[in-house]
Amino acid sequence: MILDSRYSTSIEVYPPQAESGIERREMKLADISNDINEWFGGTGPMSDIVISSRVRLARNLAGHKFLIRCSNNEKAEILKKLRDVLMSLDLGDKVFYISVDKAPALNKHLLIERHLISHHHAFGKGPRGAVIAHREFFTAMINEEDHLRIQVLKAACQLSQCLEQINKIDDMIEQKIDYAFSPRYGYLTACPTNLGTAVRVSVMLHLPALKMTGQIEKFFNATRDMCLAVRGLFGEGTEAASDFYQLSNQVTLGVSEESIVSQFENIIIPEIVEYEKAARNQLLSKQSDLLDDKISRAMALLQNAHLISSQEALFLLSHLRLGINMRQYMGASTPAIDRLSKISEADGKKNLSIATINRLFMLTLPAHLQLNYGKELDSTHRDALRAQIIRSALNA
Amino acid sequence: MQCQVCNENDATIHLTEITDGKRYEMHVCERCAAEQGIAVKSQIPINELLSNLLAVQPTDDELASPSQQQVSCPHCEMTMEQFRKEGVLGCPYDYEVFEKSLLPLIERAHDGKTTHCGKLPSRVPKDTKKQTELFSLRQQLEAAVQSEDYELAAKLRDKINKIES
Repeated sequence: MILDSRYSTSIEVYPPQAESGIERREMKLADISNDINEWFGGTGPMSDIVISSRVRLARNLAGHKFLIRCSNNEKAEILKKLRDVLMSLDLGDKVFYISVDKAPALNKHLLIERHLISHHHAFGKGPRGAVIAHREFFTAMINEEDHLRIQVLKAACQLSQCLEQINKIDDMIEQKIDYAFSPRYGYLTACPTNLGTAVRVSVMLHLPALKMTGQIEKFFNATRDMCLAVRGLFGEGTEAASDFYQLSNQVTLGVSEESIVSQFENIIIPEIVEYEKAARNQLLSKQSDLLDDKISRAMALLQNAHLISSQEALFLLSHLRLGINMRQYMGASTPAIDRLSKISEADGKKNLSIATINRLFMLTLPAHLQLNYGKELDSTHRDALRAQIIRSALNA
Repeated sequence: MQCQVCNENDATIHLTEITDGKRYEMHVCERCAAEQGIAVKSQIPINELLSNLLAVQPTDDELASPSQQQVSCPHCEMTMEQFRKEGVLGCPYDYEVFEKSLLPLIERAHDGKTTHCGKLPSRVPKDTKKQTELFSLRQQLEAAVQSEDYELAAKLRDKINKIES
């Protein structure tokens, strides 16, 4: 049950400049918090395993020092300059601006949970803000580690499309602003590890079968050999939460953006997807008891628990996601998967869908729960509310 | 070398433990290591590890002449010592000022590569002289605002706008 009381704190919203000038409209973050965003809920190539694709560029303004050497006045100047440029772009969607330094902690957590800003940006120092497209495919973080970090996020395996779109947006910004650039080192970034293209290409993967069959080391070894970084569901500094892994490139200098993306699309992703598929087949042919045990236990706990932490919910929902996807994509039929597919949605009309599971993943995250409930809750109350939402969604 | 536990597989994990001055060595395969609860943390890719290590360690050159660590950037006053503490640079010109010290780090972080290959800005950024002039003007502006000399601040602001436009 999603309660419809709205969190009262509003954010500044500037729809793109209408012909009559900038029109301001008040918008509540709860407007986005009660629904899932496109990158998590969407479908597309390999969406049973590849949850989302993201391409991010880091840029700094020429004629300004990097942020660590900027006073608050200079940071405010950079913020205004970039905000004005970004708000004037035609992104084909409404955009809104958030003063991240002034936003309440709960709102910042919501933006982190939706992968719109980083933890570093949310809780950093000095004037900083974010420009976000209403459909959430695009975010610009102003004054994070670099003056500007822009990202395009899409569902499933769509890295080329992300790169194409972010390049277009980058070109539009560049028409109005000079970036710090050196012919030898490329785009200059505050940290030398981002130098060159300053591109970070990432995919979010769901690898429950590799974990279940004890073969997740295979994945780690492959990523190590290919110089890739593995992070958890919420990026830098977060542990791999449940069975979700975020994989990204580390080398940004001496390789073009296109070849980084093509390496992901043609080599890295297919290899890992094959590993996960082989593990799913192995579960079906040789370890169906293990598979059924995991799915049945997850189902029993989710349908009956009265207190459930977000970590536990992620783990258990992950097993349901696996079961539903195995039926849908592999035609799998085991006693547990058959039972799972007979569960109907809360409205009692159709069978439990992957979309409902995806929704539950996102809406039971701590900040989403609280914003949708309308006030801050301690962890026991959150665990109770989370369990209640899951129970009713699974029609228990 | 064979694994000391299963005597079957090749030992790929070599542990050396020194307790009370006594040295113990252990050679095991990956599977037995996992069974023994010796975590093989392979999540940190090797070049990330190396660049992290490098960021905190002075290069040979700097060790030979410690004064080099004290050299500061004329534009942002950053030193290599500060960079090692903070992990980020102070301004784009640090890449020139500290090139010698940064190059080994850049090389290791980027799989041996040191030259950009990829997107180029469609507009050529303003030349170095203009950019460093902007740094200095902004610094003067800051000082003028602090000392409440608004007349000077306005002049400096005009100068900045003129260069930028």
